[in-house]
Amino acid sequence: MVTETTRTPVYELTKSDKSFIGWHIFFAVTALAVGSIFGPLQALQHAGIDLYPDLNFLFIEFNGVNAYYQGLTLHGVLNALIWTTFFITGFTTLVVIRTLKRPLAIPLLNRVGFWMMVVGLVVAAVPLLGDNASVLYTFYPPLEADVLFYLGLVLVVVGSWIEGYGFYITLYRWRKENPAEKTPFLALAVILNMVMWQIATIGIAAEILGLILPMTFGWVGGIDPQLSRTFFWFTGHPLVYFWLLPAYASWYGMLPKQAGGKLFSDSLARLAFWLFLLLSVPLGFHHQFVDPGVPAGWKFIHSLLTFGVGFPSLLTLFTVVASLEYAARRRGGKGLFGWIRALPWGDGSVTAQLLAGILFIFGGIGGVANASYNVNLVLHNTTWVPGHFHLTVASAVTLSFFGISYWLVPHITGKPLWRPKLAVVSSWVYFAGMLIFSNAMHTIGLLGAPRRTPLGLAPYVPDEWNGHLFRVAVGGAIMWIGLMMFVVIIAVTAWQRKRLPEGEHIDVPVAESLDDPNNAPAWLDRWKPWLIATVVLIILAYGPQLIDQIFGIESTSPGFSPQSPVPGG
Amino acid sequence: MSTSEHGEKVKLHIDPTERGWIRAAILVLVVFAISVTIAGFMLGIQVPTEEQRVDPRTIENELPWSDPGVREIVAGEKYDVYLLAKMWFFDPNTVPEPDATVEIPAGAEVTFYVTSVDVQHGFKIQGTNVNFMAVPGEVSKLTTVFNEPGSYDYICTEFCGTGHASMYGTVNITE
Repeated sequence: MVTETTRTPVYELTKSDKSFIGWHIFFAVTALAVGSIFGPLQALQHAGIDLYPDLNFLFIEFNGVNAYYQGLTLHGVLNALIWTTFFITGFTTLVVIRTLKRPLAIPLLNRVGFWMMVVGLVVAAVPLLGDNASVLYTFYPPLEADVLFYLGLVLVVVGSWIEGYGFYITLYRWRKENPAEKTPFLALAVILNMVMWQIATIGIAAEILGLILPMTFGWVGGIDPQLSRTFFWFTGHPLVYFWLLPAYASWYGMLPKQAGGKLFSDSLARLAFWLFLLLSVPLGFHHQFVDPGVPAGWKFIHSLLTFGVGFPSLLTLFTVVASLEYAARRRGGKGLFGWIRALPWGDGSVTAQLLAGILFIFGGIGGVANASYNVNLVLHNTTWVPGHFHLTVASAVTLSFFGISYWLVPHITGKPLWRPKLAVVSSWVYFAGMLIFSNAMHTIGLLGAPRRTPLGLAPYVPDEWNGHLFRVAVGGAIMWIGLMMFVVIIAVTAWQRKRLPEGEHIDVPVAESLDDPNNAPAWLDRWKPWLIATVVLIILAYGPQLIDQIFGIESTSPGFSPQSPVPGG
Repeated sequence: MSTSEHGEKVKLHIDPTERGWIRAAILVLVVFAISVTIAGFMLGIQVPTEEQRVDPRTIENELPWSDPGVREIVAGEKYDVYLLAKMWFFDPNTVPEPDATVEIPAGAEVTFYVTSVDVQHGFKIQGTNVNFMAVPGEVSKLTTVFNEPGSYDYICTEFCGTGHASMYGTVNITE
């Protein structure tokens, strides 16, 4: 059983909207399927099993040690940037239309934004597949990629902005039409996420348009690598919240309904989201704790602000667990923890999101260590870090998106989920692989293993890492099997001829709240004070350092190809 | 301040259990913040800070970077080590065909100065808190004490191109 079926849809999307959302999911899942090929290849390489030479037929320029980095770049770009951004904009489109119960204000605007993202993806894919942009998904200058890589990324980001403008205008119209009503929580949550993204991506826009493209076009002789890092991480950490908040929206506003209960507190759910808007951006220096060009005092301030953003995450933990417990007890669940068994574990969509939440608890605990100023020294740039973000973006986010897809694809296609039992299995397999993989990655990270490195050929690997490297390989391979189950289930569901019985319909799960949303204080539905506070906090936390670094710019680093120690070579 | 349709002020309703949770969450985060502060500013476990800007194109022509390696400041007590990160080795090169060694007596205070002449690199000495980026145009600096004799690898922890996986070196700590 996957999500209830109802005979009268609450608000029926048009065919054109459904297909528009479907295209988002199509590109998202395709990117995930391709990008994930490299996951087990990297994991196996760590254990000394190098399959890259056997895959030369896949890509024209796929050879030697560079294959690892080319694959790693594709893995990062396709999984962390493309799968997420396409899925999120598609999911947001559905949530906005369905929960505001009105069409997009200017459908053409969203369509222009979306197809701009697709063009960007294709443009960036050319150098990526040709090994002319193997600079990893952080593309730290003065490593230099083919200009098409940067132009493609710009199109993807600007396309996502334009889709965002479509949502803002839609919300604006809805508020004019419904002056007495509070914005439904889910619509608020996903649109707030797009607003946060708009603010956060100013950093990466400044980096690419202001520093990288002038260097790549040859207008200036070089670049300031330290400033480019500061711009990058202005966007880099909120990027994580851009991935995470749609999953949170589902955990707060959809999962309780799927589990047979209600949202425990609508007000606190809203408060948590406003706090994420406020706190997601002004803490990027915690990614730069070991940078030479950022004063220690500013790193310390951002460390404290990062603890601050831990607060809405802890709020989320309480509210989501309380909502699930309420649902489980309604289903007859008993005992202090025994109620957990009463949750609908037979529903693939629910199981995926519950397992995502469990993995995210470990991710959150590890994240506290990352955020901790000096504790961070033992783990910075080690395999602890990818071990950590596979629990966040590759678990909390990706597994939740699996769960969402298990109702979303039937909803927009009108076709039943193919093999619902396999859907349950897919999440458990992925979960098991992730536990092994991420535990091993964290462990060798603490022993000092560097990330982004084909450890299978590194000369300094001590024997004590070997057992853990083997676990990395085993876990990575198991995760991939779970992920491929998901891809196949979604592909067959979408392309099968079978349709849902006449009159039957898989609805979007929208949870009611235990408290009446209209009793929430009005400041939880006002944009202006929160937006002003957000901008002010960013100016306080970033302004002085940004001014210092921008006015102290020294564009003395010429560009380098990752394959040559000669500048421009 | 907001008011409901009936004119009275609407306050945020919080369940008593959740109120307790919120207090505990804030307390835990404050304890973490205080611990980090004590470790950083009283025990001196510090992260790198702004040191010096340099020009990566000409740095190899000027002292001390034209002659990187170990500098004895006070024999047996205080040493500086200058290392240049390059695609794809640390200069002076201590592995696998060394052109120099980095030797320090146990118990001495050692300050590492590292910068890059080309792209971004990482620098992490295994078993210590010395861990920073080597960014072209900036000098990274951290100080440590090796109490146990033996050899300690320092490895490049940031992707820097084709030869990244073999970029490392060794500090020898003598009795």
